[in-house]
Amino acid sequence: MKNSVEVKNISFSYGKTEILNDLSLDIKEGEFMVLLGPSGCGKTTLLNCIAGLLDLTEGQIWIEDDNVTWKEPKDRHIGMVFQSYALYPSMTVEKNLSFGLRMMGTAKKIIDDKIEKAANLLQINELLKRKPSQLSGGQRQRVAIGRALVRDAKVFLFDEPLSNLDAKLRAELRYEIKKLHRDLSNTMIYVTHDQIEAMTLADRISVMKDGLIQQLDTPKQIYNKPANLFVAGFIGSPSMNFLNAKFDKTNQNLIIGKRHINISKYENINNLTDDQQVVFGIRPENIIIDKNENSILCKVELVEPMGADTLVWTSIEGTPISIRLEGSSNFNLNDEINISFDINKSSIFDSKTEERI
Amino acid sequence: MNINSNNFQPNGPRPKHLTIGRIGMYCFIFMCALFFLMPLYVMIVTSLKDMDEIRSGNLLYIPKVLSFYAWPKAWSEACTGFVCEGLKPGLINSIKITVPSVIVSVSLGAINGYALAFWRFKGAYFFFGLCLFGAFIPYQVMVYPLLKIESAIGIYSSLPGIILVHTIFGMPILTLIFRNFYASLPIDLFKAARIDGGNFIKIFFYVIIPMSTPITIVAVILQVTGIWNDFLLGLVFAGRDNQPMTVQLNNIVQVDYGVAEYNVDMAATILTSLVPLFVYFISGRWFVRGIAAGAIKG
Repeated sequence: MKNSVEVKNISFSYGKTEILNDLSLDIKEGEFMVLLGPSGCGKTTLLNCIAGLLDLTEGQIWIEDDNVTWKEPKDRHIGMVFQSYALYPSMTVEKNLSFGLRMMGTAKKIIDDKIEKAANLLQINELLKRKPSQLSGGQRQRVAIGRALVRDAKVFLFDEPLSNLDAKLRAELRYEIKKLHRDLSNTMIYVTHDQIEAMTLADRISVMKDGLIQQLDTPKQIYNKPANLFVAGFIGSPSMNFLNAKFDKTNQNLIIGKRHINISKYENINNLTDDQQVVFGIRPENIIIDKNENSILCKVELVEPMGADTLVWTSIEGTPISIRLEGSSNFNLNDEINISFDINKSSIFDSKTEERI
Repeated sequence: MNINSNNFQPNGPRPKHLTIGRIGMYCFIFMCALFFLMPLYVMIVTSLKDMDEIRSGNLLYIPKVLSFYAWPKAWSEACTGFVCEGLKPGLINSIKITVPSVIVSVSLGAINGYALAFWRFKGAYFFFGLCLFGAFIPYQVMVYPLLKIESAIGIYSSLPGIILVHTIFGMPILTLIFRNFYASLPIDLFKAARIDGGNFIKIFFYVIIPMSTPITIVAVILQVTGIWNDFLLGLVFAGRDNQPMTVQLNNIVQVDYGVAEYNVDMAATILTSLVPLFVYFISGRWFVRGIAAGAIKG
């Protein structure tokens, strides 16, 4: 498939502080790409570079087979939605929507048509005559999305658009954005630090840290096969359990203190060497409470009922471990449980390189 | 105790709103007001007395006989140097100086502040620092060099000459207040406008100016009062035909011969200060709002 946006070896620095260094990223036509990472990882900087709001130190940016590296933001066929909505406070919703078109000198008739279309799509017809200050947060963000829609942008850029909204509205608008993408199938680039947004919206996620892309893959792959310790720890809530261990090649066991875990079923077991120091990672839902020859006896230390799920906390050799169970399961403090791990779904990382094995 | 009845009353008596401290504060405020209003009171009563009563020396008494003699004289007959046309021509001159100076200086200050806040060019901070530094230089220092420059380009002692001077001296403080106001606006707004296709000029006119009302009012008040009250620059740069009201007031008050007519002086002074007073009265609300700005968060 054709690439819609190509980021080629770009670098960006503020004075002497380097934010992005030799970063490349291809985004396919119609793809929903999420840039995910903790604050300060460079994801918003990357988005601003694509939008042309920041001038690159090095490298090139191509949008729709056009080298736009030094082009003004308005000539890049993009629409952008900001976390702070960035609606023009002195203009009505209608004027806000039409501002870009009026700047381009579009005919009034065409402007009206486009506004009507966008307003219908986002259900903001009722609000057209209001000022932004008379709108709620969710309505404001709809208008902001509408402003990008009206411009017939080829690429939509979202800069943490839902971060200022409360949890319920966030879920609602997330759904709407996903629907919008389904209906319009434009290329969308979406910056967030919220992994749920990333998982639910993305065709592909690019997990970033310190200006580098840690892993670029589908949400499923990133969740199930994280490329390194950082990605594994960042994605998933409650987060993945990590246990420091040593590999015993003869018995195909991981040795954690006095405990032994057999990992003969692990897909890349042949890449492990004897006595290698590793980190064993297992998601809370991949721990099974079941008595067998491999199971480990633990004590329940804390129970967090979350409605649909119940999170049970225990520990192995002093490391806290969380187990995700059905909401109906009933455990009490100090109950003894036998746990075993679904090795197929576990991840093993090298202690030094922190890369997945 | 019966939990269901209304026994959960607050303990003790309700706190009084009028405490000793509060009464003391009101007294203090009242005294302050009195203190600051005293000169104004003296000016008004003196301007309504005739000279005999003034000479009798009872400064604080209200006039025994109301005399309106001083007001028309101050307005249209008092001698300012060799001509005796009162303050009337001075008022016209002051308006001719103040209006264009305020418009030009506030517009340039707004553009400067906008450029410094949003279009951060290389060296913008240095430039801003320089501008701030300018606000601290006493302007008397620059009077002579400016005079030489203006006479070299041939606008010394003219209306454009004095307007230029007021614009220059207004620049540091105006740039500062506009820049700080714009720096408090969300930068995303400006980014959005750039994506929507605005350039430097269009964004300024369509997005920034409509949001600038509070700070513009502050700037206008500052400039109107500053320029209206200016004496030195008007005396030096305006030239004989354009002398502002303040200069003419001085000429009325500073008589070298004849009798000093205090009632006329007082009337003339009040007339001269009416414009700034009026500006404060109608715009006090806006002034406070603008100073407390950041005022317009969506």
